Amino acid sequence: MKTMLTEADNTVATVPAAGPRDTKIKARKVQVYYGDTHAIKDVDVDLEDKAVTAFIGPSGCGKSTFLRCLNRMNDTIDVARVEGEITIDDEDIYDKKVDPVQLRAKVGMVFQKPNPFPKSIYDNVAYGPRIHGLAKSKADLDVIVEKSLRRGAIWDEVKDRLTAPGTGLSGGQQQRLCIARAVATEPEVLLMDEPCSALDPIATAKVEELIDELRESYTIVIVTHSMQQAARVSQRTAMFHLGELVEFGDTKEIFTNPTEKRTQDYITGRFG
Amino acid sequence: MPVLWIVIIILAMAAIGYVMGRQRALASAGGDPRNLHSLPSYYGSSVAIFTMVFSFLVLIVWLIVQPIVIENQVAANIPPEMVREGSTLGLMMSDVRRVADGLDQAVSQGAMDPEAASNIRAEFTDVRDRLGAIGVALGSDVGPAVLRAAQRYRSLNATGHMFMAVVVLGLAAAGFILAYLRSHKDFRARNVVETTIRYLLIGAASIAILTTIGIVLSLVFNTWEFFRLYSWTEFFFGTTWSPSFSGRGGSSELGFVPLLWGTLYISFIALAVSVPIGLFAAIYLSEYAGPHMRAIAKPLIEVLAGIPTIVYGLFALLTVGPMLLSVFGEGGLGWMQAGTAVMTAGLVMGIMLIPFVSSLSDDIINAVPQAMRDGSLGLGATHSETVRQVILPAALPGIVGAILLAASRAIGETMIVVLGAGAAAKLSLNPFEAMTTVTAKIVSQLTGDSDFASPEALVAFALGMTLFVITLGLNILALYIVRKYREQYD
Ligand SMILES: Nc1ncnc2c1ncn2[C@@H]1O[C@H](COP(=O)(O)OP(=O)(O)OP(=O)(O)O)[C@@H](O)[C@H]1O
Ligand SMILES: [Mg+2]
Repeated sequence: MKTMLTEADNTVATVPAAGPRDTKIKARKVQVYYGDTHAIKDVDVDLEDKAVTAFIGPSGCGKSTFLRCLNRMNDTIDVARVEGEITIDDEDIYDKKVDPVQLRAKVGMVFQKPNPFPKSIYDNVAYGPRIHGLAKSKADLDVIVEKSLRRGAIWDEVKDRLTAPGTGLSGGQQQRLCIARAVATEPEVLLMDEPCSALDPIATAKVEELIDELRESYTIVIVTHSMQQAARVSQRTAMFHLGELVEFGDTKEIFTNPTEKRTQDYITGRFG
Repeated sequence: MPVLWIVIIILAMAAIGYVMGRQRALASAGGDPRNLHSLPSYYGSSVAIFTMVFSFLVLIVWLIVQPIVIENQVAANIPPEMVREGSTLGLMMSDVRRVADGLDQAVSQGAMDPEAASNIRAEFTDVRDRLGAIGVALGSDVGPAVLRAAQRYRSLNATGHMFMAVVVLGLAAAGFILAYLRSHKDFRARNVVETTIRYLLIGAASIAILTTIGIVLSLVFNTWEFFRLYSWTEFFFGTTWSPSFSGRGGSSELGFVPLLWGTLYISFIALAVSVPIGLFAAIYLSEYAGPHMRAIAKPLIEVLAGIPTIVYGLFALLTVGPMLLSVFGEGGLGWMQAGTAVMTAGLVMGIMLIPFVSSLSDDIINAVPQAMRDGSLGLGATHSETVRQVILPAALPGIVGAILLAASRAIGETMIVVLGAGAAAKLSLNPFEAMTTVTAKIVSQLTGDSDFASPEALVAFALGMTLFVITLGLNILALYIVRKYREQYD
C-alpha cells in the first residue's frame, strides 16, 4: 500500500492544480430509494465543467446509482425513486418540461457492464449519430465512426472487420466499443461507470489518455475502484460510503490529506 | 381369479414389503439409520419395486398376448367347411366371442351352473333362447360348431387366467423374498431404486416415441399403398380434385395442387392477420404495459388459445361469414357468393393464431437483456427507436420462429376450414370464393361409407403424409431458429 501511495502522490503532483471553474452539474439533497431501500442519502455535490470527477467508494455504496441520476437512467427502473434537485447548466433535469431523451443525448453514459447491441461494430458506433442526425452523408458517418473508434482505443483491432457483430468481441474490446459508441454522439457530459474494469493496462492507459483529451471540452464523471486511476485522471474526487457522500474535494487533497478517517482508511486499503 | 384381485394382492404385498424391508434393513444396522448405506425408505422401496415391477410387466404382456393366442387356437380348430355360406371366419369368430361372453354372464348370474355351461350341446338346447332369457341377445341361432368353439374358448381362457394368476403372483412373491433378503445394511438400495426409476422414465419416453413412429409408419405404409393404385405425378401435379365414389380408381381425379393452394391461401391470410396484431400486442405487453396491465392482458389474450377450434368454426360460419357477405356479397360489392370463403376462414384462423404469435414473441422480447435497452436509452434514443432498432432486431430470429410455428398450426387447422371455407377444391385468386384445404379433404375422404382399399380413401393418407412432411419441416426450421437465437444470451 505504501508504494501505491507514493505513486499516487507523484501522479497527483503532475495534474494541474484545480482552480475555480464553472459548475456544470449541481446536486442538492439528492435521495434515491429502491422500493424501501434508501440507496442515496442527502448528497450535495457540484461537478465542475471541463474537469474529471472520480467517484470512489466500496462496492454497493451507491456510486452507480448516483451516476444514473445524472442522466435519469433510474427512470427505467420501476422501483427507483429520486428526490432532491439536480441541475445541469442551471436547468433542473427532473423538471416536467425536460425531455429525458434529449437529456441523455447531452449526458452520455458508459455502463458498468459492456452492452454492445447485436449489430455490426460499425452500426453500434453509428447508432447514436444516426438517431440524432449528426451525419449529413455516409462519408460523414464513416468519419465519425472512425474517429470514435480511435478515441475508444479500438480502431486498430476492428478496422478490418467493421461489419462483424459487436457481440463477438472480447469483454475488454466490447467495453472500448461502448466507450466509442458513447463519444460518437458528442455528449457534453460523459458518465463512465468503471470503464476500465475489464481492460488490460495498455488499453487502460489509452482510455485514460482519451479521458484527459475529452476533459478539454467535456465534463466527465468516472466511477473507479482503482485509486491510482482516480489519482491519475481526476481533478476532483467524491468518496461515497453506504449511500452518503463522505468527502468531496480536490483529488490532490483527498489523496494526500483526507479530512475523514473513512476516506483515509479506504484509500490506504484498510477497509472496503 | 379376476385381474383386479391380482392387482390388489400385488399392491398389498408391495406395501407390506415396504414396511418389512425397511425394518429388516434398520434391524441389520442395529436400529441406527446412520449405519445404513441408504436412507431406510430406499430399502422399503426396493422391496416394493421388486414385488411390483416384474409381476406387473408380465401381467400386462400376458393380458395382451393371451387373447391373441387363444383366438388363433380356437379359429384353427374350426374346420373350414363349418364356416357358413356368405360368412367369413372373422365373422364367425365374433359370434364365438359373443356366445362365450353370454355363457360367462349366464354363469355369473346363476342362470346356468358352470358344469352345464361347458357341457350343453346345441343339438339338445336352444342356446339362443337360454341366453336371451338373461338378456344376452344373439343375432342368429347358435350352431353346434360355434357353441363348441365358444366352450373351448371359455375353457382355454379359464386355464390361461389361472396360469396367469399363478405366474404373476409367483413372480411377485419371488421378487418380494429376493429383495427382502437383500435388505441388509450394506445393500446399495439407493442405487437400485434410482436405476429402476430411470428405467421407468425411459419406458415412458419410449412409449411416446414408439407411438409417433407407429403413426408415421402407418402413414407411410398406406401412402405407399395409394401410390400403387394411383400415379404419383397425377397426385402431385394434377390440378383437378374430383373424387368419385361410384367407380374404382380410373374415374377419380385426385390432384393435390388445388388443395395445397387452398391451404396456403387461407394460411397466408391467417398469418397476415395474426402476425401484425400478435407482434404489436407482444411489443405493447413487454415494452409499454405496466405490471398490472400485463398481469391482466396477457392471460386474457392467451384465453384465445384455449378456445376449441370448433367454436372458432361456428364463429366463422355464423358471424364472420354473414358479416363479410353483407359487405362483399350481392347486396354490397358483389364479389362474394356465400358466407363460406377463403377470407372468412382466414380471418377467423388469424384471430385464433394471435396468442401463438404474441405469447411466444412476448417471451422472446422479454429475454432481450435490460442492458441492451439501457444502452440504447442512454444514447438518447426514444423508447420506440429502441424497440425498432435494438430490441426487434435482437429478437427477430425468435419472432420468426414463433411465426413459423403459427404457420404450421394454420396449415394443420381443420375445423375452421370445414365450417368457414366451404368444400369446393378450386384454383382461384379471389379470396371471397369458397375453397378447401388438405385437412378438410382428409376429413371428407374418410367420413361416410368408404372402402378403405380404394384410392379415394387411401388418398387421405397421402394427403396426411404430405401435410405431415410440410409441417414437420416448418417446425424443425422454427425450432432450429429459436434455438440458435437462445444461444446468444445464455
Ligand atoms: N435495480 C436495483 N433494485 C434494487 N436495489 C438496487 C438496484 N440497483 C442497486 N441497488 C442497491 O442500491 C445500492 C447501491 O448500488 P450501486 O449499484 O449504486 O452500488 P455501486 O456503488 O455502484 O457498487 P459497485 O462498485 O459494486 O458497482 C446497493 O445496495 C444495491 O443493492
Ligand atoms: Mg456500480
